This record gives sequence, C-alpha cells and structure tokens, in this order.
Amino acid sequence: MKRVDLEIVGVGGQGILTSSQVIGAAALEKDLDVYMSEVHGMAQRGGVVVTTVKIGEEVHSPLIGKGDADIILGFEPIETYRAIEQASKKTWIVTNRQPIVPFTVSVGTENYPDLEDKILPSLEKSTDKLISLNAEELAKEAGAAITQNIVMLGGLTATDVLPLTHDDILRAVENKVPERFVDVNLKAFEKGFDKAKEIIESK
Amino acid sequence: MKELLEDDPGKEILLLGNEAIVRGALEAGIGHGSTYPGTPSSEIGNTFEKIAKDYGMYFEYSANEKVALETAAAAAVSGVRSMAWMKHVGVNVASDALMTLMYAGTRAGMVIVAAGDPSMHSSQNEQDNRFYSQLGNIPMLEPTTPQEAKEMVKHGFDLSEKLELPVLVRTTTRVNHARGVVTFGDLEEPDGEGHFEKDPARFVAVPQNSVKNHPILLERMERAEEITEGSEFTYSIEVDNPELHVISSGAGFNYIREAKEEYDLPISILKLGMTNPLPIEEIKNYIQGAERVLIVEELEPFLEEKVEALAKEINPGLEIYGKKSGNFSRLYEYNPDRIKEALAELIDFEDETEALRPEEYDLPSRPPSLCPGCPHRATYYAVKKALGDREGVFSSDIGCYTLGVQDPLNTADILLCMGSSVGAAGGFSKNTDQQAFAFLGDSTFFHSGLAPLVSGVYNDHDFVYVIMDNRTTAMTGHQPHPGTGKTGMGDPAPMISIGDLAKGAGVEFVETVDPYNIEETIDVFERAIEHDGISVVVPKHPCALIEQREVDWSSYQVNQEECKQCHICTNQFGCIALVRENDKVIIDETQCVGCGQCAQVCPFDAIEQGVEQ
Repeated sequence: MKRVDLEIVGVGGQGILTSSQVIGAAALEKDLDVYMSEVHGMAQRGGVVVTTVKIGEEVHSPLIGKGDADIILGFEPIETYRAIEQASKKTWIVTNRQPIVPFTVSVGTENYPDLEDKILPSLEKSTDKLISLNAEELAKEAGAAITQNIVMLGGLTATDVLPLTHDDILRAVENKVPERFVDVNLKAFEKGFDKAKEIIESK
Repeated sequence: MKELLEDDPGKEILLLGNEAIVRGALEAGIGHGSTYPGTPSSEIGNTFEKIAKDYGMYFEYSANEKVALETAAAAAVSGVRSMAWMKHVGVNVASDALMTLMYAGTRAGMVIVAAGDPSMHSSQNEQDNRFYSQLGNIPMLEPTTPQEAKEMVKHGFDLSEKLELPVLVRTTTRVNHARGVVTFGDLEEPDGEGHFEKDPARFVAVPQNSVKNHPILLERMERAEEITEGSEFTYSIEVDNPELHVISSGAGFNYIREAKEEYDLPISILKLGMTNPLPIEEIKNYIQGAERVLIVEELEPFLEEKVEALAKEINPGLEIYGKKSGNFSRLYEYNPDRIKEALAELIDFEDETEALRPEEYDLPSRPPSLCPGCPHRATYYAVKKALGDREGVFSSDIGCYTLGVQDPLNTADILLCMGSSVGAAGGFSKNTDQQAFAFLGDSTFFHSGLAPLVSGVYNDHDFVYVIMDNRTTAMTGHQPHPGTGKTGMGDPAPMISIGDLAKGAGVEFVETVDPYNIEETIDVFERAIEHDGISVVVPKHPCALIEQREVDWSSYQVNQEECKQCHICTNQFGCIALVRENDKVIIDETQCVGCGQCAQVCPFDAIEQGVEQ
C-alpha cells in the first residue's frame, strides 16, 4: 500500500491531539505502521497546533513535506488556509467553517480575512477536493458543542482516503472517549460522516 | 498508561517518545526517577507519576533539575538504577553537579535524558546539548524514533554499569513528541533499597581526590571508545555504487532515510547511534573510498567537524557537504523539505507535486496566549492600573505568565531563564530610576526564586516581587510542586508557604491576594509599589484549566445596549474570548469560561450573564 499522510491543523484546545490519537490507534489495530508528531507545551495555549499522522506498511518519519499531504483536516478555516502549502491537487481538504478569532485581531493589530467572500471561495476555486463543515452546528445537533473534533473525524473518514473504514475509526472513538460521553461522540461522528458524504456525492 | 506495566514481550503499542523512554527504564529495572518538568521532556514525569507506585519504584518531582540529578546520582552510587530527565536548558541548571559527578562516576546504571528543542517550539533557546557530552566526558546515545529511545534508555543502564559512568540520552522534540509503534521487551523488577558503600577517595571531590579521579574518567572514556565501535545503534544502509554518502544522527536521519526509500535514491547512509565517543574507525571506513559525503544533523556541526578532521587524515579529497558548505543551516529543526532541498543540490532528484494556487491573503498571526479565565491576566491588568503613568520594568520568567509579553498586556520586558526575573529586577532597582517588577510562578519560585530573594533582601534591592501562585506547574501540564501539598507519587506533603518563606528571609511587605478580585489586587499593588525594599505579592488563584474541571460556570455576554464601545476590555484586558467585530465587542461563548473578570473591568457594567449579544 502507498503511505497516507494526514496533517491536522487548528488552534490549541480544539481537541486535535485526541483526534490524531484516535486515528493512530485505529491504524495500529489494523496492524499498520503509524508515525505521528504531536504538539505539547506553550503552543497548546491558544496557538497554532499542527499534528501529523502517517500510516503505511513502514513509516520512517513523523513530518510531512510541502504538497505531500493526502488529507488536511482543518479545525479552523484560516488555519486550514495557512496549511495549504502542504496540499497539492491530490489532497483532500476537510475544514471546519467556524472561525476562532486570534487575539491579534481583537486588539486591532491584525485583520481576520472575510471567510464567506474570500477564504472559502478561494479554497473552492483551487481544488475540487474540498469539504467544508460547520462542525459547531453539527456537534450541537449531536448533543454537545465539545464534540466538534469528532464531527471533523467523521468528515475525514467520509473521504475514504485513510486505509481505515468507518467502523475502524468509530471503534477507536469508542475506546478513546470516557464512557459516559460515548453516545454523544458516536452521534457526532455520524453527523460529520453523513454531511461530508452528502457533499462528496453532490460534487 | 497502566499498559506500560504489562509484562508482555513482543506486544506492539503506540507510544509517545516520552512514554517509550519510561518503558525502556522499566525494562531496565529502574529504582529511582527524578525530574523537574520541562517541554519536551514533561510527559516522562507525567507517566511515572501514574505508574511509579504500582511498579514499586521511587519517583519525585524535585524542586529543580540540579536536585533531580543529585538525588538520582545518590541512588546510582548506592546500587539503585536511576534516571534523571529534563529539557535541554535544565541541563544547564544541573551541570554544576554533573561535571563533577563524572569524575566520581556511578555504580548502578544511571541515565540522564536531555530533551532538546530545535526550532524552540516551547523553549527560550535551541542550544545543542550534544556538546555537554564533550564538556563533561559523558557517553552519549542519540535516538531517532520512539522505539529506539526505549532501546537506548534500556541499553543506557547496562552501558553505564559497564563504564561506571552516567550515560546521556540526548533526544529532541521530534523524538519525545513523536508517537510511533513500539515493541515491548521483558519487564524487569525494579531495583529495591540500596546501600552506599563509602569510598571518600572516589566520592568526595576535594582537590587531592579530583586530581586522581580525572584521569580515571579519561580511562573510562577510553573504554567507551572501544565500546562505541560496533554499537548496535550504529548501522549503515548500503547501495551499490552510491552517488552520495550520508552520515547522520538524531531526528534528521528519519527524513533522509524516508527520502531515500520514497524516491529510490542512489545514496548510502551511515546512521550513528552512540555519538560520544564517536566510532572513529567505522566513520573512517565509511568515508575512505567516498567522493562526496553529506552530513545530516540538526543544529551545530557536531559530526561535521569530526568528519572533516578524519577526512584530512585518510581521504583529503573528500567533498564534505553540510552546514559549512551552506547546504544546511545551523538553525532550527529539519523536516522532509529541508532534506529534499539539500539533496536536490547534490543528486538528480525530482519531486513532482502540483501545488494549489489559492489567492494570497494576509492571515492574522496566532501566537499562544493566556487562556480565558487565566488569573495571570487579572494580575497584569492590576499591576498596570496600580502603576498608572509611572514607568515599570517588567522582568519576566519561564512559565505561562511569559505570555504577558503579548498585546495588550505587554508585561514582559526581559527574560532569560528559570528564576532570572528576580535577579534582573534587583539589578534594575539598583541601576535605573524605573519601578522594577519580577514576575514568576509558584513552581518557578521553588525552582530558583529563593536564592535571588535572599540576595535581594541582603543587598537592599527595591522591587515588587510578584509570585503568581496558580497552585500548579501549569505550562508543562500541571505537575505538583513543593507548594501544592502533594508529591509526584501522589502522597500528601507539607504545603510549603511562599509567604512564610519570604517573611523568613526578612521581607516586611508580604501580601497574598485573589487576583479574581481585581479592585483589591490593584490596591495591594499600589501599596507594594510605595513600599521601600522588596515587597512580595502573591496573587493566588488556581490555574483556570484546573478550576474549570471542578467548577461549572456559564459564559458571559456583552449587553449591547449598555456597551459604549470604549474597548477597555479588549485593548487593556484582552481576554481571547472577547472578540471585536468592527466596533462591536461580543463574547465568544465557546471560549468564555465564565470567570467574570472582564465584567469587573467594564466601566459601564455592560458584561453580564444571561443577556442577548
């Protein structure tokens, strides 16, 4: 099999580490080699967080080169945009539409570019492999806004790029989250999965 | 993490490099572990914290890295296998003890893990700790993957016993914070209680003993020179008629190996595992017939200079590519792109990807910032209010509170290392007419804030010493410390009072205040500034990330009918949950934790709970 490189980007505190660990665990369960890089320490305090998950028969390094990502999973739209140089025409981009405004914008030193008129249309134009989700809305429909990361995992799974099935990842989610939150997380996963499938089929 | 205690050789498990290091120590029968937390080494301690009792070993968070090293050294000379671990700059703190410990050496195996941070993801510098191995004559192993980190730690104990010297395992962020598949070996029983066989001639470093022990150290290192040849961690990946030879160690090896396999490159690679002493014979053999060699190592030209010297001896025509030739930089960590760029200058090599070309927009930067609800934000706000028009010099320290450097607080003017805020504030008080402040956290105070406190009282320094007590070591992942009433093993401990320590040192002005009460905090700082001599203020409130686990708060909103759009909340206080949409301010309810600090800051009482925004 060809190696699959996944880059997950977003903001510290969005549950990115949990998401990458879910995928890693699912891959190990299928006897695949996995190599990941994580972010701990200062960047977790509201800064940009980039984690990688590389899955294959034998994986030698944890980082991904420019243009080499098979999937970019973006938890925040401008962070998805910032990571775009990791993408090429082959790359699936699954992004959350919900912005998290950095304090540099709130204190007035920088601007947040217009999402609906600039960022998202520009992404749409540059690739036909874009899935954008409103993860907050879907997570609330599932029953808890905090499950946004699992909604995004559902969206990622729908691309079928990972060498892992819907059930593989669902099982890993079940094993990862605390028991009393399993139901809401499984629901969140299905919400993200179904919405993304709908988008893919309409393409 | 109880899985780490399973005696299930052959089991494959996905581990963080730091967890793999722990497993390596368990497979070696570690009896003592000690540390002071620091990224990227922190999860080693976090893991021992969870399993030390069940495994049956002793583990402690020491007050600083030097204490961690000294306690581990005492264990090792008493026959108990020990490990001390720390971030790269932690070795600077421990180095005083370490340099002399090498003269005495150890008995039971002792491993020191020094975790470097190229690119400074979470550090004040990116010093290359490999040079410590030369400075102190310390045998050194450099792992490249979590699996190898586990093996090297385990092997490090045996090597240490063979040489009677502590062994340095030097890692970097992409090993410590990489997660990969690790195969378990046999679990060992932990070393039990030891006994210190006295031998003053060896262990008491008075001059007449040290003059005899220094040559013993050099002899032990000569033995290491034999052992490093043929080390199981040094190997080469050969091809027929290579167009390029590569010598590599550490995380950089992973990228060159990956590039070689992915693009089927006609290059051979010599990967070094034990890098002090270097396997001179193996390197000589490798470069003897070579025409061109590329050195792949992050940071300083540690291997490169050695290869250069050896080439002069045996292959003067060898073309050496690395940092000096400009193919690589001495800055920052490597990644697949940097390796590919260097390779493309030396061999035929095409990397075709069709890049996306979206519009270019200026994206706002997103530096890390104090969390919503963080008590430090209120402390800084209060200090600035108390100062008014007067100019303060804000001497900062290592911890979350360093993030006061960001807009709009701007409460960090100088920072060097753990504890530096205090000495520097004293220096400003003696040499400038500005009102000096030292800002450091509770854990940092116990780490290195006491000596400069005593020095400052003794020398009549005049500054406000702010010990921001959030009841934990927050930045590194909430470890306990001497002020929390709990040890690393989870046992109850005396809760050492910061205020009492300051009073004991002779400070007359010592006040503790809850920074969530902003008005009262401003009042305390006003009085502290007026006080002559050192005034100690302890703003005390638990880290918001911890408190949120226990308190169920609901978020605040901005009542737009009351809001006068003065922007004091965003421009002076600056909680990241306060979001400006043009002139309008709203609260991002997904970020707000409901601490209510901003409601105190608003002069128009426009921030409330239960209103529409």
